[in-house]
This record gives sequence, structure tokens and C-alpha cells, in this order.
Amino acid sequence: MSDAVIRIEGLSKSYQTSAGLFPALKDVNLVIEKGEFVAIMGPSGSGKSTFMNILGCLDAPTLGSYTLDGRAVASLDSDELAGLRNRTIGFVFQGFNLLPRMSLRDNVALPLIYAGIALAERQKRAHEMLARVGLDAKALSLPNQISGGQQQRVAIARALVSHPRLLLADEPTGNLDSHTSIEIMKLFEALNAEGITIVLVTHETDIAQHAQRQVHFYDGSIISDQATPVRGTA
Amino acid sequence: MKLAMLGEAWRAMGANRMRTVLTMLGMVIGVGAVVLMMSIGQGAQYAIQQSISSMGSNLFILLSGHTSTGGVRSAAGEAHSLTVADAEAIAELPGVQSVAPIHPGNAQIVYGSYNWNTSVIGSTPAYLEARSWPVVAGSSFTQSDVRSATRVALIGQTAAQNLFGDENPVGHTIRIRQSPFTVLGVLGTKGQGMDGRDQDDTILIPLTTAQRNVFGTPFPGTVRMIMVQTATQEIMPVVEKSMTELLRQRHRTREGMDADFSLRNLTAVADSAAESTRVMSLLLGAIASVSLLVGGIGIMNIMLVSVTERTREIGIRMSIGAREGDILLQFLLEAVIISVVGSSAGLLLGIGGALLAQAMTGTMVIISGSSILVAFGVAATVGIFFGFYPAKKAARLDPIEALRYQ
Repeated sequence: MSDAVIRIEGLSKSYQTSAGLFPALKDVNLVIEKGEFVAIMGPSGSGKSTFMNILGCLDAPTLGSYTLDGRAVASLDSDELAGLRNRTIGFVFQGFNLLPRMSLRDNVALPLIYAGIALAERQKRAHEMLARVGLDAKALSLPNQISGGQQQRVAIARALVSHPRLLLADEPTGNLDSHTSIEIMKLFEALNAEGITIVLVTHETDIAQHAQRQVHFYDGSIISDQATPVRGTA
Repeated sequence: MKLAMLGEAWRAMGANRMRTVLTMLGMVIGVGAVVLMMSIGQGAQYAIQQSISSMGSNLFILLSGHTSTGGVRSAAGEAHSLTVADAEAIAELPGVQSVAPIHPGNAQIVYGSYNWNTSVIGSTPAYLEARSWPVVAGSSFTQSDVRSATRVALIGQTAAQNLFGDENPVGHTIRIRQSPFTVLGVLGTKGQGMDGRDQDDTILIPLTTAQRNVFGTPFPGTVRMIMVQTATQEIMPVVEKSMTELLRQRHRTREGMDADFSLRNLTAVADSAAESTRVMSLLLGAIASVSLLVGGIGIMNIMLVSVTERTREIGIRMSIGAREGDILLQFLLEAVIISVVGSSAGLLLGIGGALLAQAMTGTMVIISGSSILVAFGVAATVGIFFGFYPAKKAARLDPIEALRYQ
């Protein structure tokens, strides 16, 4: 219990739409312990993206409580939330979301700017992270000069550069072919083996196979929460 | 941290160079125009002040009336109504500091093989005092020269240059209308007068010599004009009144009759000239400031476009931990860099333009530190002011919406 990275209790989220109040999440309860690798699954419109935004402190729940790394998120102001996103959470997106006019090294170093770390240290750590994902040789290339799979690895390096406790990945393989997808998932597994908690949103079952635990959303609620029967290739 | 934000802002500007340069151009032109206009305005003001102080301060000019013979009216000063005795009486009035009766004319001057036509002013030493005109070489003539009508002369810089070249005129003899005159001294430089005439192109001789020997006068003792200097500027209206009364009395002008002299307040004329230049330069500055404002609006416009274009980038930055303040600072810095770099270029342009104007037209320009400071300060303020709204807009974006933006 003390090791829970994420503790969610009675969480609901509603949106005001022209057709009235739309409930995206209804009374969700979930605890994710340190070192877990969880796949969040479900069809589109099931609320999994909304759930991810709340986990990533980009959105606030309408009801319920969210405790991240022992801190009640609802009580934090916007600068403290930015600090959480900067140091506690690492984001990996479907569309990679690298800044196109920056070198890979500068992209990876970007979160460290907001952490107030000096230039030399930023570059050193960016190189270390790029080396970790096998791309240090291309550190000064621009994102459009490398492949999609490589871009996603750079994005993962960026997510890891501030040594977060939690990695949130939203359809990280959605834009990649199956071969590259497997490479990325291997990378996630390796990171998880090093102790990083990973929460991954996907709608592909074979991708979800790489996780230890699968949580299924449907219509704003969790309908199943179980361990992955046979864990991938490992 | 702040340095890193500066780098981020710089990078973003470099990414769209053409647009950045065009936006800067608005500031370049605005600041350039302000600096140029202020330089020219201050130059004009200075030139006016120079000619005012060269004229002398707190001055009245009394002119003899005009004659009217059978319907033909002559110029003012032809009637010989003012006399040296009038001048002496005015000198007794309270508040009057110096009085110089003047008999002016033009004459051909000869020195050796050179000759030159210039204005010859017959007056008294009080004339130099009233106009605060120093003798820079040799010495002035005295009241006794005036009494005995000696043939001595003081020569202005331009006349001296034309007659003597580099030679020192003091002690030499020049001929004014064939009569020999000894040059006693050389007058200091006065420059252009209020009417644009070269005040240094002149020769000063004793009043009596001018009247008796050079120009002659049908009515001995009369003068064409009298220059009166009061002790202070405040006392000028009082002196004007008492002087008018005195002269009407002396000339036995009856109540309701036109005076046979006219009186001009030179200082008032000069002041109004100075005032109009001041208003002019203010107006020029105001018009130029409008272009600065337009430049600022240009910055705001481009920053708004930039914020919209980079919505996704802002979303990414927020998702990896940028605080609202970080985003605000980044965009604000961009606006400020544009305006500061633009104004620096504008400053150089304005100074260059002012110097060019001076070289081409001979107009005096003054590039003062204050005008540079004002232009720069206004530009930086414009950058912050017009950059703030777009920057605030960027900082207030919802990260989820921003990340979804294509």
C-alpha cells in the first residue's frame, strides 16, 4: 500500500456538451503499485484517454480522489502540477510529439530546462538518455531525418531524462509498423525491469501482452482488471 | 533558466526568419522615424535659440515713421522722426539698460586690391552691449570716437574674410565710399540671423561718422532706428509703455494721432519663433510615434499568429513540465527581442538618416541621449505591452486541447 504510485478512488469525470452532461468516467477505482507494467485497454470512447489525461495531471476529475506518488493531486496548483509532469511523470505519445526544429539532443534535454538544470548538465544527461535508446550517434539530427521508430525512441528518452517514477504511454505504437512496435515494447519491458512503473494505453491486444496487468475500460468504467496470462516473449 | 528561455525564444525567431525580420522592420521604421524627427526638431530648436541669443536678449527696435508725400509713402525709417536726443531721453527711463541709435546702410569697401559690398552700421558702443557682441581682436571704438566722428571701424568675420583673407585686419586702413577708415577691431562670430542673413557680413562705425561722412543725412541728429535693451524680460511691457509715452510727448503727437515711429519687440518675435519650432518638433515626434505604435501592433499580430501556429508545441512543452510562467516568459521574450533588436537597428537608421540630412541639406541636427533613451524605452515598452496579450494567451492554453491541435 505504501508503495502505490497511483491510487484512484471513486473517480468520475463529466463533460459539458451541447447534448447535456456527458459522463466520460464513472466511479473508477484503481491502485497501481511501484514497478507495475499496466496496459489500459478499451474501444474508443470507453474513457481510457480521459483516464490517461487525469493520470498525467493534464486534466482534473469531477469527483473522487487521485493520489500520485503519495500526493493528493486535487490540492496542487498549476505550477505544482507542472512540476509533477516535469519530474514524476514521463509522457510518450502516439504522434511522438518531438519539436521539429530542434536537434534530438535538445528535444531530449527540453524537460530539464523547466527543471532549472544548467546547460552542460542538460546536454550530458540528454546524451546519456539517447545512448540508452541507442541513438546517441544521431544526437544532432533533426526529428524529420530519422524514422518513426527512432523518433519514438527519442520521445521515450525525453520522457525518461528527468528520471520519473511513472511512464505514461498513450498508444505509443499506434503510428508504427509491427516490427518497430515490438522493438519499442521490448524497450518498455527493459525499462520496467529497471523499476520504472509503466502505464500504457492501447487497443491492440498483442501490444497489451507485453504488460503484466491489463485493465479494460468500457463506457467509462473498468470492466476487467487481471494479470496477463502469458507474458509476451519473456 | 532565464538564459535557457532566451535561447528558446531566439530559436523560435530563427525558425521563421523572414517573418521575424518583417516584424522587426515595423520597429526599425518606427524608432528610426522617432529618432530622425527628434534630431531634426531639436536641431531646429537649437538653431533658433542660437539666433535668438546672437541677436541679443530683451530687445526693442524703434523705427522712424514713414513719410507720405503726395500719396507716395516711403519705407519706415525714412521720416527721420527719431533723434539722438530721443535715444538719450530713453536711456534715462527706468528699466532701460542700454540704448543704441543706429544709422545703417550699404557701402562698397576697398582694401588694397580687394573690394566687397557689405552693410555698414553706424552706431555707438552701446550697440555691441545690447547685442552682446564681443570684439575678438583689437579693441572697440569709444564714446569719444562717436563724439568726434573719427574714421574707425569694427569689422565682422565674413567681411574680414572677404577683404583680408587670412591677414589680421587690425590696424589696417580700409576705404568706405572713398574715405579711409582704420580697422580697430574684429567682431566675434554671430552666424545666421533670424531672417537668415549673415550677421557677420557687416562693418560697424561710429554713428556720427556714418551720418556726416558716409551716408549723410538731410536732418542732422536724426537716426533711422534705435535699439533698446531692457534689464530683464519681465520689465519689457512696462518699458514699452513708458517709452511710447515719452516719444509721443517728445514728438508732440496729439491724442488719437498715429505715432511717427514704430516699435518692435524682437524678443517676442524670437520667442514665438522658438515656440513654433518647439510645437513643430513635438508634432513631428507625435507623428513618428504613431509609426512606433503601428510597429507594436505588428508585433502583436505576428505573436498571435505564432501562438496559434505553435499551439501543439505549447501543449508538448506543458506536458513535459513547462509552467504557465515559462510559456509566458518565452513568448514575451520573443516580442521583447524583436522590439529591442528592431529598435537598435532603427536607432542606427535614425542617426544615419539625421546625419545624412545634415550632410545633404545643411540642416542642423542634434542627436541627444535623451531622444535615444526615449525611443529605446518606448520600443521596449511597446514590445512588452503588445507581446503580453499573445504570451498570456499562450500560457493559458489547455494542454489537452493544445496537444490535440493539428
